[in-house]
Amino acid sequence: MAEKKTNQQTSTEVSHGNATHEKSFPPLDPSTFAPQLVWLAITFVTLYIIMARVALPRISTVLEERRDRIASDLDQAEQLKQQTEQAIAAYEEALTQARNKAIGIAQETRDALTGEVEAEKLEVEKQIAEKTIEAEKRIQDAKTAALTHVNEVAGDVAQSIVQELIGGKLTSAEVNQAVSRALAS
Amino acid sequence: MPDPIHQFEIKRILELDLFGIDASFTNSALWMVVAVVLISLLTIWGMGGRALVPNRLQSVAEISYEFIANMVRDIVGVSGMKFFPFVFTIFMFILFLNMLGLLPGAFTATSSISVTAALALLVFFTVIIVGFAKNGLGFLKLFVPSGIPKILLLLVVPIEIISFLSRPVSHSVRLFANMLAGHITLKVFGGFVTMLIGTGGALAAVAIFPLTMALALTALEVLVAFLQAYVFAMLTCMYLHDALHPGH
Repeated sequence: MAEKKTNQQTSTEVSHGNATHEKSFPPLDPSTFAPQLVWLAITFVTLYIIMARVALPRISTVLEERRDRIASDLDQAEQLKQQTEQAIAAYEEALTQARNKAIGIAQETRDALTGEVEAEKLEVEKQIAEKTIEAEKRIQDAKTAALTHVNEVAGDVAQSIVQELIGGKLTSAEVNQAVSRALAS
Repeated sequence: MPDPIHQFEIKRILELDLFGIDASFTNSALWMVVAVVLISLLTIWGMGGRALVPNRLQSVAEISYEFIANMVRDIVGVSGMKFFPFVFTIFMFILFLNMLGLLPGAFTATSSISVTAALALLVFFTVIIVGFAKNGLGFLKLFVPSGIPKILLLLVVPIEIISFLSRPVSHSVRLFANMLAGHITLKVFGGFVTMLIGTGGALAAVAIFPLTMALALTALEVLVAFLQAYVFAMLTCMYLHDALHPGH
């Protein structure tokens, strides 16, 4: 470019001597207006048509598609979030139900077991009471039996004592009478 | 010293004559065509992927689109969106012409008053036609600000009319003058560098200063190239707003 410039430069400097001084300032030179304006019109109109018909609608479509896509993605995200929340709520509810159920079952089992234990206890108590009564009866019987034996023993002893002391023999009837009397008194 | 004006010279590449009008293909026309091709490539080929997640080129095309779409929506209003392709074309065309003009050896089509004036007049007449088509004579309310004492209107209305008529002048000269001045300054500092190096010796070392300056100015010119395209599009939007809503 430097080369080009120097070339241009020398060419102007060469022409400086003759006509250039009378030449008007190029950006304001009316003789060059027509070609510039013709091509400005051609290029500007071309560009406008390309932009308005092709380029801008395309960009606009892409931007709209992106905006729609983002909006729909956000919608979807919102929906998924709601679904998640619903799932969490359902899970929480199921959990609560399960917990309540578990508590119920535990309570039932506890109640059932307590009832059984209570019933068994009653049963056992009843049995014990029966056994006590039986035992008492047996003791009474034994006592009565023992007392009966006591009479016999006492009679035997008395008979033996009488025999040893007086050498006489007593009939068992007499002895029994005496013992009964003694016991009665 | 190189001639800083030389870069603005129109060179006829191909002599053409269209019904008696000089329609020669010039260096200016060449860069206009280059701009049209590049803008079309960016906005059509760049968007070719139509990807959900854009690549760099597609991002640039989409950012340009949204940048101008927001500008039109904010300034002209939603009803002004039918002018969006018009404003987009103006912005991209001027931006690319300005930026391409910064390439070494390139011609800056927007550094010619005829081009900027034509664009400004296009906007000016669009505003007038749309204004009358939309509002009928109500468009003339543009010149009568509401809430002003009647006696002051005698003063205000002519001022408003003059300011309206001078719009295409300021609109076109702003862009033209910025491009022209920037390129002249760049060329002057560039000229200093070649001149100092050309003399050789100790002076050649001093060339670093204008070189630094030219570098900084190039960065500034990139900013100006964008800013002027932005300002031109912004003013277009504001004028279109007047056309649609003439009541102040």
